[in-house]
Amino acid sequence: MPVDIDIAKVARLARLALTEEELRQYGAQLVDILEHAERVSALPTEGVPPTSHPLPMTNAFRPDEVRPSLDREEVLEQAPEREGEYFRVPRILGEA
Amino acid sequence: MSGWEAVIGIETHVELQTRSKMFCGCAVDFGAEPNTTVCPVCLALPGALPVPNQEAIEGILSIGAAFECELVTDSLFHRKNYFYPDLPKNYQISQYDVPLCVNGHLDVEVEGEEHRIGITRVHMEEDTGKSLHGSETGRIHDAEYSLLDFNRSGVPLVEIVSEPDIRSPEQARAYAAELQRVVRSLGVSDVRLEEGSVRFDANISVRPVGQAEYGTRAEVKNMNSLRSLQRAVAYEIERQIAVIEGGGEIVQETRHWDEGSGKTSSMRSKEESEDYRYFQEPDLVPLHVDDEWRERVVAGLPELPAVRRHRIAESGVDRQAAAVMVEAGDLADLFDDAVAGGADPRTVGNWLSGDVVAYLRRNDTTLQETHLSGAHLQELAEMVREGALSSTAAKDVLGRVLQGEGTPAALAAKHDLIQISDSGELEAEVDAVLAANVDVLGKIRGGDMKPIGFLVGQVMKATRGKADPKVVSELIRTKAAEG
Amino acid sequence: MSDLADLNVGEAATGLRAGDFSSVELTDAVIKRAGITESHLHAYLTFDQDAARDAARVADDARAGGEDRGPLHGIPIALKDNMTTRGTETTAGSKILAGYVPPYDAAVVERLQSRHAVILGKTNLDEYAMGSSTENSAYGPTRNPWDTERIPGGSSGGSAAAVAVGSAMAALGSDTGGSIRQPAAMCGIVGVKPTYGLVSRYGLIAFASSLDQIGPFARTVADAASLLEVIAEFDIRDATSYRGERPAFSQALEEGVAGMRVGVVTELSGDGIDAEVAAACRAMYDSLANAGAEVSEVSLPASEYALSAYYLIAPAEASANLARFDGVRYGLRVGGATTEEMMARTRAEGFGPEVTRRILLGTYALSAGYYDAFYGQAQKVRTLVRRDFAAAYEKVDVLVSPTSPTTAFPIGERTADPLSMYYADVCTIASNLAGDPSGSVPIGLDNQGLPIGFQIMAPALHEANLFRAAAEVERLATFSHRPALATSEVRPA
Repeated sequence: MPVDIDIAKVARLARLALTEEELRQYGAQLVDILEHAERVSALPTEGVPPTSHPLPMTNAFRPDEVRPSLDREEVLEQAPEREGEYFRVPRILGEA
Repeated sequence: MSGWEAVIGIETHVELQTRSKMFCGCAVDFGAEPNTTVCPVCLALPGALPVPNQEAIEGILSIGAAFECELVTDSLFHRKNYFYPDLPKNYQISQYDVPLCVNGHLDVEVEGEEHRIGITRVHMEEDTGKSLHGSETGRIHDAEYSLLDFNRSGVPLVEIVSEPDIRSPEQARAYAAELQRVVRSLGVSDVRLEEGSVRFDANISVRPVGQAEYGTRAEVKNMNSLRSLQRAVAYEIERQIAVIEGGGEIVQETRHWDEGSGKTSSMRSKEESEDYRYFQEPDLVPLHVDDEWRERVVAGLPELPAVRRHRIAESGVDRQAAAVMVEAGDLADLFDDAVAGGADPRTVGNWLSGDVVAYLRRNDTTLQETHLSGAHLQELAEMVREGALSSTAAKDVLGRVLQGEGTPAALAAKHDLIQISDSGELEAEVDAVLAANVDVLGKIRGGDMKPIGFLVGQVMKATRGKADPKVVSELIRTKAAEG
Repeated sequence: MSDLADLNVGEAATGLRAGDFSSVELTDAVIKRAGITESHLHAYLTFDQDAARDAARVADDARAGGEDRGPLHGIPIALKDNMTTRGTETTAGSKILAGYVPPYDAAVVERLQSRHAVILGKTNLDEYAMGSSTENSAYGPTRNPWDTERIPGGSSGGSAAAVAVGSAMAALGSDTGGSIRQPAAMCGIVGVKPTYGLVSRYGLIAFASSLDQIGPFARTVADAASLLEVIAEFDIRDATSYRGERPAFSQALEEGVAGMRVGVVTELSGDGIDAEVAAACRAMYDSLANAGAEVSEVSLPASEYALSAYYLIAPAEASANLARFDGVRYGLRVGGATTEEMMARTRAEGFGPEVTRRILLGTYALSAGYYDAFYGQAQKVRTLVRRDFAAAYEKVDVLVSPTSPTTAFPIGERTADPLSMYYADVCTIASNLAGDPSGSVPIGLDNQGLPIGFQIMAPALHEANLFRAAAEVERLATFSHRPALATSEVRPA
């Protein structure tokens, strides 16, 4: 079954600035992989619940206790760009 | 808007005031210096993992239970994927198709009429960081750059989604106000709009009266008071009607409420519709709420505001006074304390909703700071009931108690405000007045009761207002009859 | 005296306890070995001699003070570079994390340090553990110690190669679809992927959260068991950490396999398995039967689909796990006029081709309109795989198969064809989908002198069975070969 991929849209969703050539190449590879992966549809799975997690566990919580935070300098030292006590980024286009 | 009907649903985000964040041990501290309550988890450093805060789960369950939601037995966390610089993981941990609480409701009253607003779902998620925009206008698009503070990243957030059951700006406001009261009564959040610990977004559409299908809706954001919520909803309804009547079409979009201009405006729309690629959060395991837990949550609920207002009004207090006390919460707590101690509900209710509220407003203070206690109110009410204090003197004493001068009994004594109610003590004063007014006494004996008031006034004057007028009046009648 | 770097962990621990040598001497021997082998192999991304010597000194001082913190006290160990180490660069093999110095330690690192293990450095890997050859490292490939023109397996190729040549006495790796077992097989050492949840993932840079698990590399089964015993601990910072008791793993090592029910996986015995590998494994099945095991064939019908399901599930989770690498808070940033542009350029520049491919694949598999057909269906197949295993374990105690369909292949052979590379994981992936423990033990060399690995799988939390069988396989195989590089005669390249 042919797989149809809008690779440019996928790259935008994944925030990857790829060139036309890269898009074409990755698009073709994805089609190959997905056509192989589509084998999974061959298996009858009606009524089969999905497995998201290998271990049957529930309710893993932590108590509401304050733990020490990180040292701000140690954190900001890793920032590609900072201004004073803040991380700095270029102009933000969209609003979340 | 004749001929048109508005259809409104409200999405509410409530920040829970837990000690630590939703998925890590960083303090929830809104006053902290920028980027100081951050750790590998809420900064999304490589390798960090989220672990849910049990207290936050308890908090959302109590919110759900307060709206009489079904508390779902097995629910899941999902990842909601979108890139945004204030969202460190570039996905938000949220709940998708199986939230913790579903199918509840909230009753609101507008102009004496009650409306039931359905609550579709209540789910758990996490807040984002904050961005400050480096521009003069503060508007995001004009900014050359932005600064990020991740202190708020990961603060527990509860989203409450209403059914589109709201039909007017007034109902929208009443819904929001009652929702705040309910959440506040649970003690899980202070739900302050100005501080962002509660946020209301309204989904608004209009349709011709009688039409069953919904119109295209717009989502309106950025209302920072109940009044602006009401104004924004009213504006948007009018706008949509005008667009349609002008032959235009409503676009499904997000609109920004501007308090200054009193208008909503379209926010820059995204190139394509969002595709959040929800999938079950593999770093977390499912939530399981068994019967025992569910029962414990319901049993732990406080008396909810609507029930409390009703109960207080039933005890003889004016409905408006009951509403005022419940609105503030702590006033109603004092009321209950005093009444439990035997005080007259009506007297205490009038003091709290009238004198105390006025005092707090005048002095811009809080009840806590006044140290007024239920025991004070009970003592004061008892003195009035016994006749030891006149109602005027009681208000004087109450004012002094509020200022922290002392207890009612001590203050009444200190300022010589105790009524003379002992008939033995008053007899001499009455006799003296009667002796000086023999002619008046004669009239009374002749069957004309009107001048009794005059004689009581004379006794009050003689005692500088301290005599209990009821006792005086009784004494005069007795003596007149004896004659 | 023989070279201390050739000792295994058990022997070294005995020598340290007896006072035959110090941890500093032991660590120096390993550092010296690395000085010879690294130029041939490139097993390490960061090798911190000074820190290692300091840690060894601390371990020696503690021992002099009467302390004994167990089997790893004073033992030099390497970490795959996807485990965060406070103050030491941690890259996950990616350019996007070049120069990133974490402000915290992974749970396993804390654990090792608390037992006075000596951490040597950080080993090479396929970028974000995505790969089967360690060729996807942004810092260049690691080479196979048995033939440096070949790949060491992956993604934990650096850890496997280091242990094979003695530039570490043992190492930690991570296994999402075979990334411990496959390189262990290709480097002729023991590697174990424990039950999902047994070892804390806190501080492990995530590839696919529901599949990732940290585990040990060692030269003997006993060493692997003792290393796993140290790191297998409940951790409240990992919500998927198993909360029950950890069974003892190493007690059953001497029990043998008499009466043990061993199932040979039908689907992993014939087609697609290299003839020499298949033959070596068949010989081992016979040896196990001769040693008293009840050997039978067991079918796992859904396992045929496991590879396809895996290549949907793992990339989907990865597409979200790797979203955080955006140039805002740490790591690489490529400038742009807007934040959106900066993020997209940073990510395009910072991620290598395989990571980019998997992010695209996962993003697509989760996107609107395709979720049900791909991700949703793959999760159902995962259920079927688990059911197959559950049914099999009603009949047998452990399952066995080759670890890898081939021995180590030449560098560059498969880089242009992602699907053929993915096929290298065909034998190992099902255990990750099921969450079950699984390990690889070397059983021989092929005619090119390359090691062949034998895989043993057990039900969740039944590591004791796995180690019991593995120890017997080790005894039966009498695999005593060492790569030529693991001798003192070799000189730096």
